[in-house]
Amino acid sequence: MATANVTSASAGRLLGNLRLPIGIVLFLGISLPILGIDQFVNALTLGAIYALVALGYTMVYGIIELINFAHGDVFMVGSFVAMFISSSLLGAEGSITNVPMLAASVLLLFALTIAVMALIGALIERLAYRPLRRAPKLAPLITAIGVSFILQNIIQFFFGPTIVTVPQLVPIEWSIQVSGSRVPLLNIFVIGASVALMFALQVFISRTRTGRAMRTTSMDRDASSLMGVDINRTIMITFLIGSGLAGAAGVVHGLYYGNTSFALGFQSGLKAFTAAVLGGIGNTAGAALGGFIIAFIEVGASAFGYGRWGGAVVFSLLVIFLVFRPTGLLGSHSGDRA
Amino acid sequence: MTRIADAVTGPFAPVRAFFRRHRSLGIFVGVALLSIALPLLTRVPPFDGIQSTNAWVNAFTTAAIYAMLAMGLNVVIGFAGLLDLGYAAFFALGGYTYALAASPFSGIHLPFWPMLLAGGIVGAIFGVLLGAPTLRLRGDYLAIVTLGFGEIVPITLMNADKFTDGVNGIGGIDKPSIPGILQFTLINPWPMYGLVLVLFTLVMIMIYRLEDSRLGRTWDAIREDELAAESSGVNTVIAKLQAFAVGASIAGIVGVVNAAKITIVTPDQFRFAVSISALAAVVLGGMGNTIGVATGAFIIYLFQSILLKQLNTLVENFNIPVLNQIDFLEFQYVLYGIVLVLMMLKRPQGIFPARRRMREFAPLKIGKGGLK
Amino acid sequence: MLKARGVTRKFGGLVAVNNVDFEIPRGSISAIIGPNGAGKTTFFNVIAGIYAPTAGTIELDGKKLISPPTGAGREPILLVLPTIPFIALAIYFLMAVGGDTGLVEGVASVAVALLGFVSALLLNIVRPAWYNRFIKRIGVTRPARPNDMVAAGLARTFQNIRLYKSLTTLENILVGMHVHLRGTLLGALFKTRQVREEEAAAEQRARELLSFVDLAGMENELASNLPYGKQRLLEIARAIASRPKLLLLDEPAAGMNPKETEEMTALIRRIRDDLGITILLIEHDMRVVMGISDHITVLDHGEKIAEGLPKEIRNNPKVIEAYLGRGAAAGH
Ligand SMILES: Nc1ncnc2c1ncn2[C@@H]1O[C@H](COP(=O)(O)OP(=O)(O)OP(=O)(O)O)[C@@H](O)[C@H]1O
Ligand SMILES: [Mg+2]
Repeated sequence: MATANVTSASAGRLLGNLRLPIGIVLFLGISLPILGIDQFVNALTLGAIYALVALGYTMVYGIIELINFAHGDVFMVGSFVAMFISSSLLGAEGSITNVPMLAASVLLLFALTIAVMALIGALIERLAYRPLRRAPKLAPLITAIGVSFILQNIIQFFFGPTIVTVPQLVPIEWSIQVSGSRVPLLNIFVIGASVALMFALQVFISRTRTGRAMRTTSMDRDASSLMGVDINRTIMITFLIGSGLAGAAGVVHGLYYGNTSFALGFQSGLKAFTAAVLGGIGNTAGAALGGFIIAFIEVGASAFGYGRWGGAVVFSLLVIFLVFRPTGLLGSHSGDRA
Repeated sequence: MTRIADAVTGPFAPVRAFFRRHRSLGIFVGVALLSIALPLLTRVPPFDGIQSTNAWVNAFTTAAIYAMLAMGLNVVIGFAGLLDLGYAAFFALGGYTYALAASPFSGIHLPFWPMLLAGGIVGAIFGVLLGAPTLRLRGDYLAIVTLGFGEIVPITLMNADKFTDGVNGIGGIDKPSIPGILQFTLINPWPMYGLVLVLFTLVMIMIYRLEDSRLGRTWDAIREDELAAESSGVNTVIAKLQAFAVGASIAGIVGVVNAAKITIVTPDQFRFAVSISALAAVVLGGMGNTIGVATGAFIIYLFQSILLKQLNTLVENFNIPVLNQIDFLEFQYVLYGIVLVLMMLKRPQGIFPARRRMREFAPLKIGKGGLK
Repeated sequence: MLKARGVTRKFGGLVAVNNVDFEIPRGSISAIIGPNGAGKTTFFNVIAGIYAPTAGTIELDGKKLISPPTGAGREPILLVLPTIPFIALAIYFLMAVGGDTGLVEGVASVAVALLGFVSALLLNIVRPAWYNRFIKRIGVTRPARPNDMVAAGLARTFQNIRLYKSLTTLENILVGMHVHLRGTLLGALFKTRQVREEEAAAEQRARELLSFVDLAGMENELASNLPYGKQRLLEIARAIASRPKLLLLDEPAAGMNPKETEEMTALIRRIRDDLGITILLIEHDMRVVMGISDHITVLDHGEKIAEGLPKEIRNNPKVIEAYLGRGAAAGH
């Protein structure tokens, strides 16, 4: 009797574990023929960007239960920093065709942007959020909204209210043929880079001491503080990583779209946040999954001529999920205690 | 019901004591005096040099409209403690209600006065529509849901061309009139000034009455301790819903007035920044303090529309290099951001704190503690 | 008057309350005791409607008010179902009338559809009795919420006092009287005579209640400024302001000195004798428990291990073991 229970339970768990990969494969398998290869690749790329941004939302929420409203704008600033670095420091005006040069430039671009944005994110945390750690919950949320507005306007001040072009370092002409369609190498590179970063994050969280500290802190801050985890440092690192990823998303955005604007952060930020909610806020794998889902919905909507409604659909999804399934698709660890 | 009877002292003690007892009269007299004093003030230097009296009166009217919005939002945030980031949506719905009911676009020309009520009702309906499913959510989730709603409404207005004429918006909206007596025009700002101030007075009186009522107490209780309020027999969802509906209907009414004043509505007038400007007024004035919030709105509005504009002309006149390239009006948004951040960090209770909020924001409120 | 049958409440794997049967007669003072973490407060929270039970039912005055929720998945249908005719109407207008002439009809029918949806939402929140009966028939039950329990005649205090700290004592009591006041939103806006009279009467009664618990003269004191002992008194006054039939007190004498404890005991007796309110209390202080209880129930590890008269409990070996076995509170 007891053994039967055990086996059926472990079979159930196996099924539970497989649910996600099976779902993903099904999802991709269905959307590929519907969207066609061009749009499919497009959706994957956009999804990678959303996923990178969503990770920052979800990590910060997981650890201090703050909807870091300014995070979308951190991503936006990241895209400007990337633009600045590639056009000023690297002196690039268009694409770089010399392969070793290109590799070095892109690597440098990622490294510098991630570093700068990580610092900016940590600075915001230190100045605007840390003093409010014990304040009523609305206070840091309101502050975050304020920070978001300030970031937008600083950028608007320096770069103007119009769309700004960003050098597309990777030549868009380079492509490979997949079943009759042309898939730009750029997309493959962008998707690959994003997935690699997400993978690195997962490894960091599950394998390193700091990653473990982050997880325990998000489960119970007071208890982990008693166990000797340096809370301030852990939260700071969370912001460093989250903002660094947003910076990476900024680089990717610039490489792929070739432009950016001060208003980029608000709507894409909200969409990335929706992605985090969709996946189960606080859950890093969920955030990545959510990012791709949102992108597929958006790209799908415009593929069928409803592009103008894409935003409305995504926000409706946000409302529906928060109301009926606040734990998201994959569930979140931060269950509500009464 | 009488509130805490702090002893009234000072030179005007009898007057103040009188108005404390008759607060509605006090608000009426106060707004009346102010509405006379402000235009007079614009005739003396330095104010007369800035713009014409008519332009000033127009600015005061807009400021009062903005102040009403802030007072309405304060019912939701300050009284009930719910962070509503999509408040501009209700403002938009009020505006479009009137635009559809009285413009060449729809071909319908209903009179203005009943539409005030209609705007309030439309606001309330959408308030309930948004609030009913979401008010069980935790505070920060509610904030983000309302934010989503605040985005959906302008997007819908923009895309539902057939009903709203999309990005162009609806223009040529009818101006109010009192048949046979008075026709409001775009050139003469005074009738609108009068109308808005009467409305302002009414809204303020109503909000103070609500604050002192059974419902106002209920909101206080919920904000302080939701579980305890439920255990005192309060249906918290209904009480919050009422706050939402009241706030939304004020925004709806103000939307109607605003549409009638500027005679055009476009989706762009109701972006997120509008919700945030109202939030900034609430935070600056002091959450929960009606007069404080109205004052906060006046300060922010006059600062951005007069001071920043003045700065523009000043720099232009003196032809200061670099600076004359800058449009200082763009700084109003950064202003909202700075107000929000600085106030939360340095003075969360606002410049005119409500009595109750002083304590709430007292430092170090460590953990809520479990349910014991 | 209160009947609990097989009440169980789990938190994840932890069984905080396990299959407890329990009954209190009208007019009695009953007590629940047990070591720390025995599940006493959790049991209270189930009775008060804060935690839905995992299993079991609660009856108050013969009315079954609380049982585990069922059919939650069916609820969204209830929201959408009533609006379908309205939505159909809206679509009909938009399709059939179409063209440019459809504007008014279109807006009007969308408005009707919205009104339908809003009323369905409101029904779901307000839940009038007929609505509850209706949804029961399709298999949806929701346990009573705390406010429903207050309306049904139950009031409570909390183990760690939960006052409205930035309200005055008088206002705290007025909130407690909530269910007996009729003042509506419109009444407040127009300050009708009915509202003014009701408020004046309520204030009068609130003052009487304050003197009943010996807080006369402190009407305008902020609740947070009261000393600890007086805060407990205020919380009790706030609870009895709802004129309950049954009052739940969670460790009313915790943290009090002997004199205060004695006063508290006297107050509890007066609440029963003068106001006719049945009382159920949780208490660790055995002098209080043994002194005033007509009936005692002992919980340990979520289970009821004994019940009876005070003197029976005092000598019950199981009870002694439960306390001594943990080496806690044995001295009391
Ligand atoms: N919301 C909750 N989530 C998870 N576990 C809970 C929750 N509330 C109570 N518990 C657990 O249930 C058990 C019973 O707790 P409860 O507070 O009912 O005990 P108690 O008898 O009131 O103890 P005390 O005498 O210390 O007040 C404890 O192990 C507690 O940790
Ligand atoms: Mg307890």
